[in-house]
Amino acid sequence: MASEDIALMAHLMRRAGFGASREELEARAAKGYEATVEELLSPEAEPVDRYEFLRYHPGFWKPITSPGMGSAAWFHTMLNTQRPLEEKMVLFWHQVFATGQSKIDHWHELITQADMLREQGMGNYRDLLVSLAKNPAMIYWLDNCDNHGHAVNENWGRELLELFSMGVGNYTETDVREASRAFTGWTIALTPPRGYYNRWDWQFEYIEEDHDDGEKTFLGHTGNFDGEDIIDIIVQQPACHRFIARHLYNFFVGDEPQVPAWQTTPPRDPKAIATLAQAFADSHCDIRATLRTLFLSDFFKEARFAKIKSPAEVVVGLLRLAGGYEFPAPGIGNLAKQPTYMGQELLNPPSVEGWHTGAEWINSGTLMKRVNFAATVLGDLSRPGIQSMLKRLQSQGDLSPEGFVDSCLDLIGPLEVQPEVRQRLVEHASEGGTLNWRSEHEASISTKRFGEMLQMIASLREFQYC
Amino acid sequence: MATSDKAPVLVVLQLSGGNDYMNTVIPYNDPLYRDYRPRVAIPEDQLLPLDNDIGLHPSMAPLRDMYNQGKMAIIHGVGYPNSVRSHFRSMDIWHTCEPDKTGTEGWLGLATRELDPHKDNIVTAVSFGPCMFRALSLSGVPVACVDDLETYGLLTGISPEPQRAKILERFAQTYSPLIGKDEVMKYLGSTGLEAMAGADILKVAPQQYASTVKYPETSIAKKLKGIAQIHFADLGSRIFYCDHLGFDTHANQGPVHATLWNDVSQGIEAFFADLREHNAADNILMFLFTEFGRRVRDNGSGTDHGAGGVAFAIGDAVKGGQYGEYPSRKPADLTQGDLAPTLDFRGLYATILEDWLHVEAKPIVKGSFEKPRFL
Repeated sequence: MASEDIALMAHLMRRAGFGASREELEARAAKGYEATVEELLSPEAEPVDRYEFLRYHPGFWKPITSPGMGSAAWFHTMLNTQRPLEEKMVLFWHQVFATGQSKIDHWHELITQADMLREQGMGNYRDLLVSLAKNPAMIYWLDNCDNHGHAVNENWGRELLELFSMGVGNYTETDVREASRAFTGWTIALTPPRGYYNRWDWQFEYIEEDHDDGEKTFLGHTGNFDGEDIIDIIVQQPACHRFIARHLYNFFVGDEPQVPAWQTTPPRDPKAIATLAQAFADSHCDIRATLRTLFLSDFFKEARFAKIKSPAEVVVGLLRLAGGYEFPAPGIGNLAKQPTYMGQELLNPPSVEGWHTGAEWINSGTLMKRVNFAATVLGDLSRPGIQSMLKRLQSQGDLSPEGFVDSCLDLIGPLEVQPEVRQRLVEHASEGGTLNWRSEHEASISTKRFGEMLQMIASLREFQYC
Repeated sequence: MATSDKAPVLVVLQLSGGNDYMNTVIPYNDPLYRDYRPRVAIPEDQLLPLDNDIGLHPSMAPLRDMYNQGKMAIIHGVGYPNSVRSHFRSMDIWHTCEPDKTGTEGWLGLATRELDPHKDNIVTAVSFGPCMFRALSLSGVPVACVDDLETYGLLTGISPEPQRAKILERFAQTYSPLIGKDEVMKYLGSTGLEAMAGADILKVAPQQYASTVKYPETSIAKKLKGIAQIHFADLGSRIFYCDHLGFDTHANQGPVHATLWNDVSQGIEAFFADLREHNAADNILMFLFTEFGRRVRDNGSGTDHGAGGVAFAIGDAVKGGQYGEYPSRKPADLTQGDLAPTLDFRGLYATILEDWLHVEAKPIVKGSFEKPRFL
């Protein structure tokens, strides 16, 4: 297998998934890059069995939502899915349509929202926005349940334009008002009051008497608009196509500044944004078609290690690499909280703006958490993924310090590191001399050195990139 | 001015989400207040009157006491021209003092650079919370970001200790600022080295700490307790920053806003009690702000995003009382239904920078603004 093919496939799987073992990379590279992109876009593998998680954590079964488990069910899906891009799209959309448990106070509704994002995440964006507007968690999050014909609440109307579709500068305050009016009466049906341990499911309800059916003027169009009409107008806007293109670029290709800066800071690759926006417009906002353009583009293939991993990518990627975390054992709740400690609490973004991404993921506290977690996971040599890497290393026989370092970098990624950094690793490896497996004693020392080398590599700056 | 020769310390508490000015510092004698707010007005028999015009929210009793002791300043009508109603944009403006473009340099990042130009102390500024605040961010200025002070440390899982020390030495080498192809790589490098050094320094703080003060079991109290621990350890920290989330009370404002102010007021009460027990209150200035106030009229259940807001300064050095002018509530004086700010927040920053931290304000706030004289 050509190492370049493996490196490119590893890049694709880091971005369109949560990384992949060497075995999987080899199998996928054998099928080819384009075939893999198609498989990711239209996966045929079985979805993760939701009941696997519930069987062992029945307290999570609705409507009895067990406090403290939070996003563990979704985390279990991310750890196990064989449809990784589909799951990546849930993360993507939940970053764009950030909805937080801090206010919802109802994990199950957020899980339901994530299910909707999974189901429609690669479908048509117009339909996705309509589903979002009717999603009870979103309605409650942005107070559309308090948006009445006689008393307009602008929260949803504003964020729909500012954060979910177009960005500041592409509409007026009047447009916010008019859009908000069009969504009056889109609310949540009355539910029985919550009990100590139970919450009831929320349902969308349209209340005609509470809807302002009057004439509205929105982005130059006039009519007795309802919410769907507003969305139909939005998805025709070039500003919307550019906005979603930039979001996709930011998530899959290279780190852009935070969304509020988009109005004033040009994209780092305007041509790439234009290409994606065109694909989005040409396909009438088909997300799958736009993603295909993205993954097959040169700008994507050339963007290797140009992005900082999100905490979810760090944690899920490491656990999938090490292996043995598939079963929803006790403790999965704590594992699901690891991204939180790195600044990304799943299903609970700090605000409707989502998380600040890219280099802003990193500060001295979160970097420390990343390094410590990676060292802990990769230092556990009993894990099947680590064992498999160890076997591949052993099969290479005696290795010079340089060979040892290069093999470890290859097995963990392949990961590209700066020459000076490689030199420091080689110096460290040189202290132990040639790596060999000639006796039981030598093999045990070499195994320990291997674990330590993995920990050192995982604490490198380069390891924070994907 | 600081009341002792100890270096002055600033503690910022950011009330994220847009705290409702009119239900925090309540103009209860204005009949318009009740007209505008049939659903969310605080009943007169519940609020905590400060004088014949103004009362505090019922959850703010500890702060009312501080006000009565002359240790709290209420700064009225704070905002900036052409107020924006986006949380993020408005918070960015507060963080960077850049209302017309997207700024990347935080005002307290700039202040930290002035206080410690040679980076002699990497814990000069300490941020509490999982995410760093843009107010502190400035390329080349280290900020210690602490989530949980108790477990702060690098590669603590590697043993024995000599082996860990050896690995940490290699870690430091690979993070060298001399290695790095671009700005982000360099940023990661300096952040890694700061994390390593900061952890060594900060780990003493909880170890040395003892107190009879019991903090409430709330997230804000936990952060304030961590700040107190570091302050007592005398590590030279000058700026602390933390926040409390959830002030975006579009709906169900009554109980939500009450809980928020309960948590904040009781956290501050415990914090100052702890400071006094350790004879460490005199060089602390606490500053509370929010990105905007809320709409004058309620929306039937809560209040939407507004403009002019209120800020507080608390501490022994504060000249208690009220500063600035409560914006007019008359319909003709409102801007798009919002209170028109009467004081630019950059003037408030100038007071803190010049009269507390002794740092020139003009280059940080980018101009000259009227300074409320609460110090």
